[in-house]
Amino acid sequence: MKKWMIILATLLLTAFLLTGSAHAVRKGGTLNFMAPYGGDLSTLDLTATSRYQDYLVGMNIHRGLYRWDAVNSVPVLDLPESVEISADKKTYTFKLRPNIKFHHGRLMNSDDIIWSLTRIATMKPSAPAFRYINMIQGAKDLNAGKISTFTGLKKIDNLTFQITLDVPIDLKYSLWFPAVVIYPKEEVERLGDAFATNPVGCGPFKFVKWVKGSEVVMEKFDEFYMDGLPYLDKITYKIMGEAAARDLAFKAKELDATIVGAVNYPEYKADPVISKNMIEVAEMFTRLIGMNPDFKPFSDKRVRQAINYAIPSDLIIKKILKGKAFSARGYLPSSSPAFDPKGKKYEFNLEKAKALMKEAGYEDGFVVKRAIGTANKSWGTGIYEAAMPYLKKIGIELKIQQMEGAAMDARIRSSDFDMFIWSLDSGPDSLETMSRWKSDVDVGSGNYVKFKNAEFDKLLDQAAVAATEAEKNELVKQADAIFTEEAPVWIFNYNKAVLAFHPWVHNLSKVAPEMMFQDLTAVWIDETSPRANEK
Amino acid sequence: MFAYAVRRLLQFIPTILAISLIMFVLLNVLPGNAALMARGEQDTGAISTKDIEAMKREWGLDKPLWYRYAVYLKGLAVGDLGKSFLRREPVIQLLKERVWPTLKLAMVAMFIAIGLGVPLGFYSALRQGRVADTVTMIGAVSGVSMPQFWLGLLLMYFVSVKLRLLPPQGYGGGDFKHIILPAFTLGIGYVGLLARTTRAAVVEILTLDYIRTARAKGLSELLINQKHVLRNALILVLTTAGLQFGDLMAQTVIVEKLFSWPGLGSLLVDSIFQRDIPITQGCILVIISTFLLVNLIVDLLYGVIDPRIRASYK
Repeated sequence: MKKWMIILATLLLTAFLLTGSAHAVRKGGTLNFMAPYGGDLSTLDLTATSRYQDYLVGMNIHRGLYRWDAVNSVPVLDLPESVEISADKKTYTFKLRPNIKFHHGRLMNSDDIIWSLTRIATMKPSAPAFRYINMIQGAKDLNAGKISTFTGLKKIDNLTFQITLDVPIDLKYSLWFPAVVIYPKEEVERLGDAFATNPVGCGPFKFVKWVKGSEVVMEKFDEFYMDGLPYLDKITYKIMGEAAARDLAFKAKELDATIVGAVNYPEYKADPVISKNMIEVAEMFTRLIGMNPDFKPFSDKRVRQAINYAIPSDLIIKKILKGKAFSARGYLPSSSPAFDPKGKKYEFNLEKAKALMKEAGYEDGFVVKRAIGTANKSWGTGIYEAAMPYLKKIGIELKIQQMEGAAMDARIRSSDFDMFIWSLDSGPDSLETMSRWKSDVDVGSGNYVKFKNAEFDKLLDQAAVAATEAEKNELVKQADAIFTEEAPVWIFNYNKAVLAFHPWVHNLSKVAPEMMFQDLTAVWIDETSPRANEK
Repeated sequence: MFAYAVRRLLQFIPTILAISLIMFVLLNVLPGNAALMARGEQDTGAISTKDIEAMKREWGLDKPLWYRYAVYLKGLAVGDLGKSFLRREPVIQLLKERVWPTLKLAMVAMFIAIGLGVPLGFYSALRQGRVADTVTMIGAVSGVSMPQFWLGLLLMYFVSVKLRLLPPQGYGGGDFKHIILPAFTLGIGYVGLLARTTRAAVVEILTLDYIRTARAKGLSELLINQKHVLRNALILVLTTAGLQFGDLMAQTVIVEKLFSWPGLGSLLVDSIFQRDIPITQGCILVIISTFLLVNLIVDLLYGVIDPRIRASYK
């Protein structure tokens, strides 16, 4: 018996060691990743852009006070090692890690934080990153040129500094965004405009080169503050906006990972190898049709609800999007902490839709003359076309106007539409997300459907001063229920972001705010990679 | 010939002015603006009207169109094409970085087109009415009618995914293995076009009196083809190739995007979708100038090939 136990133990140990070695972290090699959104990068100065294409590359060069923790789906401290928050939630006292170095070799200190945030607040015209810091005391006045010092920032010592807010909000949800990054003053001043194309950061990778329109190359920063990280020697971001070309580059093993669109999703899912190496997440973007209440029929809640009942969203997801979307109930996506899994869902019900139309006095229907949208396959005019036969059954006819993004954006902001179909930001902070629909938010600032509801506003105001995160989310959840019931939009789906990778790539994460915001610090490749030893 | 070249160069000025005016007006009346497009395709939260107005002011978009055009012309006169809205870099700098990859791609594609198209057309004309002629012309028509985007994907699939011979995309510092696929994708349509043009020219020349005379004089077929047929056919071929070079520069738009080639074409497409008007203007200006220059060079080359034309330049 004892002999058998020893043999069994030996076998188990051997198996463990073998398995362990197969999954042991390996250092070195080059990862060929992609920048898949639209065209070339515009800049690597992340404070001066609002393009995701720039962020997803630059975030591995630069760092900020917080970063997104994909495992727990919440922002966590990055450059500071600790933070103390005052009882009124208005004062944050941060202590920086003592070993953070910029890529040119200097240690970071409190002055760098104060200088970087002040720079964001004083850039002309306003830096896109300003919206993430405009709640800091004095930010708005500084931005308007009314004061010359940032009153909400205070240096305590070389590693300690304080941020004071105008209102008690959860700062981590603003400062985690890759736009709020810390730069070395002397390098920004030395390089001037050229800093945008030759950035110096403090992140895990150092900038090497940017072949405009083709690729961005960065290499491991040996003095990164996290011991032993990053694992990779080099990253090459291939700038590839064309999905078909990306698919072929992935299959040719030129790309180590690729973002998967609806066209390729069924094929990838059916592939015995690739399907085992795919991660999916309900990205914080909600696809919807917005209805303009200035168009008389849409001022009636019953008509809006009828539209919600009349369109079989799950069927469209299955047939048109090939299953590459998550069915929606409520505005907030299933990856949001305020998502209500038991919330109202407008199940397909033509009879109910017809009854609502009759009740509203539109039994004979009407024509929507300005149904605007882009050519996007997942949230464009193709979805209108799929919905049209169903809408016709309740008497609604659509006249579709297809245009490209810039034109549609301008049309929405000037309320020059009856319906628009788009993909709207819906995370990560549930409160901030829902706040765009508050009565006092104008069309230009995001309330495109002019939603007005006093009870909704009240709940969000209460959520803003809630004592705990849970309490806040509960109130936001209730507000979302009102929004869904009022149906100012037809909520179509939450994006199912899919990242496929080769078997040699390890540690890519499910990043709910945007799948391509991949922090590559802890990503590694094993020896089967064709670039395992490439430096 | 020098005086002729100078005269032609001076004619460029009104041409460029006229085109710049049309281009400026069209680009500035397009709906949508760069401040909004800076956010990307998805709506990623609010951008205030105040910020949009501030951006418009900084970029001079709040001024009347005639004033902006005057400022543009003033800059153009001293070689200043303005600053990119989004990239905040001088347009001239961006163009400098992108011109060479595009020219290189266009030249290799044209080299492929001439290198394959002219011999194929010549051969086809000499075998007029035979199987070889039919096969060559079917190939030529297929080449002309094949969409570049589809051909590029097809080449990527067979050459890169299946055979693993060449990289499917990228610039690779402009090395030979990276340029083959995009250059073939770009050039293959022009192979067909040049083959058909050459064939038509050669077939016509072969029926002319001086060819019959040459044969009657007892010259060998090789010498006739080389000295009389090819040389005379080259004028038409050169005209076609010259005209097509400008077209080729414009066609790089599709190929560069497909192969992530860092040239003018991809810069032009990005700038159009981002409403980065200074870059769009700069790219179009370079493409037009190249077209005009290449045509001038072709006209001057006529003189080199044909002494009769050279005489008319005086």
